[in-house]
Amino acid sequence: MSALQRFVATFLDPDVATRYAPQIFYGLLVTFAIGLAVVVTGLGVGLLLAVLRAFGFRVVNAVLIQIVDMLRALPPLVIILIIYFGLPNVGIVIPSALVLWMSLSAVLAAFAEEVYWAGITSIPAGQWMAARSTGLTFVQTLRFVVLPQALRLAIPPLTNRTIAITKNTALGSAIGVNEILGQSISAEAFSGNATPLTMAAILYVLLFIPLVVASRSLELRYGRGAR
Amino acid sequence: MEILVHEFFNLSVMARVAPLILRGLIETLLLCAFLVPIGLLGGLGAMLVATSKYRFARLAAMAFIDFFRSFPPLVLLIFIYSGLPFAGLHVPATLAICVAFLLNSSSYYGEIYRAGVLSVPRGQIDAGRSTGLTAWQTFLYITLPQGVRNVLPELLSNTVELVKLTTLASVISAPELLHSADLARSLTYNSSPLVLAAIIYLVLLWPIVRVIRRLEHRLGPQSAR
Amino acid sequence: MLSPGAGRGASYILEARGVRKVYGDHEVLKGVDLLVSPGEMVFLIGPSGSGKSTLLRCCNRLEEPSGGSILIGGVDLLSPRTDINTMRREIGMVFQAFNLYPHLTALGNVALALRKAVGKPRAEAERIALENLSRVGLADKARAYPAELSGGQQQRVAIARALALEPKIILMDEPTSALDPELVGSVLEVVRDLRQSGMTLVIASHEMRFAREAADRVLFLDQGQVVEEGDPESLFNDPKEERTRRFLRDVRR
Repeated sequence: MSALQRFVATFLDPDVATRYAPQIFYGLLVTFAIGLAVVVTGLGVGLLLAVLRAFGFRVVNAVLIQIVDMLRALPPLVIILIIYFGLPNVGIVIPSALVLWMSLSAVLAAFAEEVYWAGITSIPAGQWMAARSTGLTFVQTLRFVVLPQALRLAIPPLTNRTIAITKNTALGSAIGVNEILGQSISAEAFSGNATPLTMAAILYVLLFIPLVVASRSLELRYGRGAR
Repeated sequence: MEILVHEFFNLSVMARVAPLILRGLIETLLLCAFLVPIGLLGGLGAMLVATSKYRFARLAAMAFIDFFRSFPPLVLLIFIYSGLPFAGLHVPATLAICVAFLLNSSSYYGEIYRAGVLSVPRGQIDAGRSTGLTAWQTFLYITLPQGVRNVLPELLSNTVELVKLTTLASVISAPELLHSADLARSLTYNSSPLVLAAIIYLVLLWPIVRVIRRLEHRLGPQSAR
Repeated sequence: MLSPGAGRGASYILEARGVRKVYGDHEVLKGVDLLVSPGEMVFLIGPSGSGKSTLLRCCNRLEEPSGGSILIGGVDLLSPRTDINTMRREIGMVFQAFNLYPHLTALGNVALALRKAVGKPRAEAERIALENLSRVGLADKARAYPAELSGGQQQRVAIARALALEPKIILMDEPTSALDPELVGSVLEVVRDLRQSGMTLVIASHEMRFAREAADRVLFLDQGQVVEEGDPESLFNDPKEERTRRFLRDVRR
C-alpha cells in the first residue's frame, strides 16, 4: 500500500465516514444549537449591560466593570470546569450542555458589553444634545438616536468576537457534551480510525470559513474609521 | 453559604495542593514564554507574505490566515495529538500544543498586523518613497511603527487570548496550570484547586485587560475588539 | 542662473515627452509634453481631473506611465536599469496633504531619508536637517511633532524634507490647497525664496496670482492634454484657446 493510500485509509476512509456520519451529524446539530443559543444570549445580555451602564449609576458601573474584566481575563475552560465540577457538590445539578451555554454566554456578554459601550461613547455629545433639546427622554434618545448608530459601529468587532467564542463550543467535549468534537472523539475510539476526526475538522472549517470571510468584508465596509 | 466556601474557597485544600499548582503555573509560564514570541514572529511572517506584491503569495497567505482562523484550536490540537499517531506519527503532547497554537496564533496575529499595515495612509508611503527610501526602508521606518501603534490594543488582546489558550493543554493532559488544578480536584474531590487556578489566571491577566481597556479608551471605539 | 548638476549634454532638467497614463479604460493623460529648463518655475493649471497630479506623480514614478518618455537631467527615468531610489533623491516632491510622518519630530522627518537612503551618520543628518529647517524658517520647531504644527508649518517642513536631499528639481502637487488662506502666504514665501536661489520648480496649483507674479511658464491642462502653454502675461491676459478662456473665467468667479 502506497503512502497516499495509507493516508487516505487512515484519515479519509469512506466506510468509516458513512458509518459514523449520523453520529457526527447529530453533533453538528448540537454544536449549531448551542452556538446559536450562546450568540443570542451573549449578545443580548451584553447589550442590556451596556444600556445599564449608560444610566450612569456609579456603584453599579464599578461592579459591572470589575465583573466584565474578570470574564475577559478568565480562560473559558476554567469557568466551565468550575461550574461543571463544583455545582453538583453543592447540590445543584446542571446538564453539561447548559453549563457550556452559560459559561460561553457569560464570556461573550462581557466582551460584547465592551464593544457596545465603545460604540455608544463614540457617538458625539452633539447627538445627545440635539435629541434632548427636542424633548426626547434619556431612554428615547438612547433607543432612537444613539443605539442605532452605535450598533452599526459595533458590528465588525462583534463578528470577530462572536466567531472566536462560538469556536469554543468544542470545549464542550471536555465535559461530555455531544457536540461535533465529542462525537468524533468517541467515534474515533470505537473505530480505531482517524476519519471521524477529519470529518470533524472539515465540518468546523466549513462552518466557520464563511463567517470569517464575511466578517472581513463587513470590516471593510464599516471599516476602521480614518483617524 | 458555608457549603459554597467549603467547596470553592477551601483554604486548607488550597494549601495542600499549592505545590502541585505552583508546578503547573511554572509550566504554563514556560509555555507562554515560548508561544508568545513565536506567535508574534509567525504572524509577522504571515503578514509580510499577505502584503507582498505578488498576487499568488497574497492569496496563499490569506488562505492560510482564514483557514487557521476558522479551525477551532482544540480541534486542531486533538487532530495533531490523537489523529497523527494513526498515520504512524507520534507527537508528544507539548509539541502538539506548540504546533497547533503556532498555526492558530500566527493567523490571528497576522490578520491584526495586516489591519495595522493597511491603516497607514497611502500618502505616508508616497512621502517615504519620494525621498528615495526603498520599499523595505519605507515599510520598516514609516509603515511598521505607525501600523503597530494603531493595533496595539488588538495585539495585547490576542496575547491574552493566547495565554488563555494554554488551558486547552489540560484536555490532552499536558503539563500546565489547569491540568494540575484539575488533577488536584480529582484527588481532593473539591473544586477549590480550580478556583485557585482561576485566581492565578486573574492575577496574571487582569492587569493586562485593564491596560487594554485604557488603550482602547484612548484610541477610540473601532479598536475595541 | 543654471541649477547645478544638469546632466552632461542635457539642456533640460525635466524632459517628459508623450506621457500617457491609462487606468482601466480611462485615459487620464493623453500624450503630454513637459520640458523644463534649469532654474525655471513652471505652473500647471487646469480643472480637477485634468491630470496635473498624475503627470507630476509620473515624473518621479509614484505612478508608472503607460507610455512616453521621461528624462531627469538626461537620465532615462523609466528604464529598468535605472535605480529609482537614487533618482528619487534628485526629484523633490511636496504633497497637498503634506504627508509628514506623525511619529517623528520635524527634525526626524527631514533627517530620515538622509540617514537611511543616503546613509549619512545621525549627527551629520541632523545637522543638515536643521540647516534646511532654518532655510524654511522653522529651526525653532525642530523638536516639535507634526500634530503640534499648523498646516503652513507642516508644509514648510515637508519642503525642507525634500530640499535636504539637494534635488535637481522640486515637484509640488497643490502645495497650498489644503491650507487655511492666512497660512498660504508663509508657504509661498518659501517657494519664492527657492526660486530666487535658482531651484527648478514645477507646481500644480490654483494660486493664479502667484503664477502671474512668479512663473516663467504656465501650462493649461484639460482632460489629459496640454491645451495651451505660454508665459503668464500672454496666457492669463490673452488666452488663445476657448477652453482656456472658459477655465480662467470660472476661476475668477
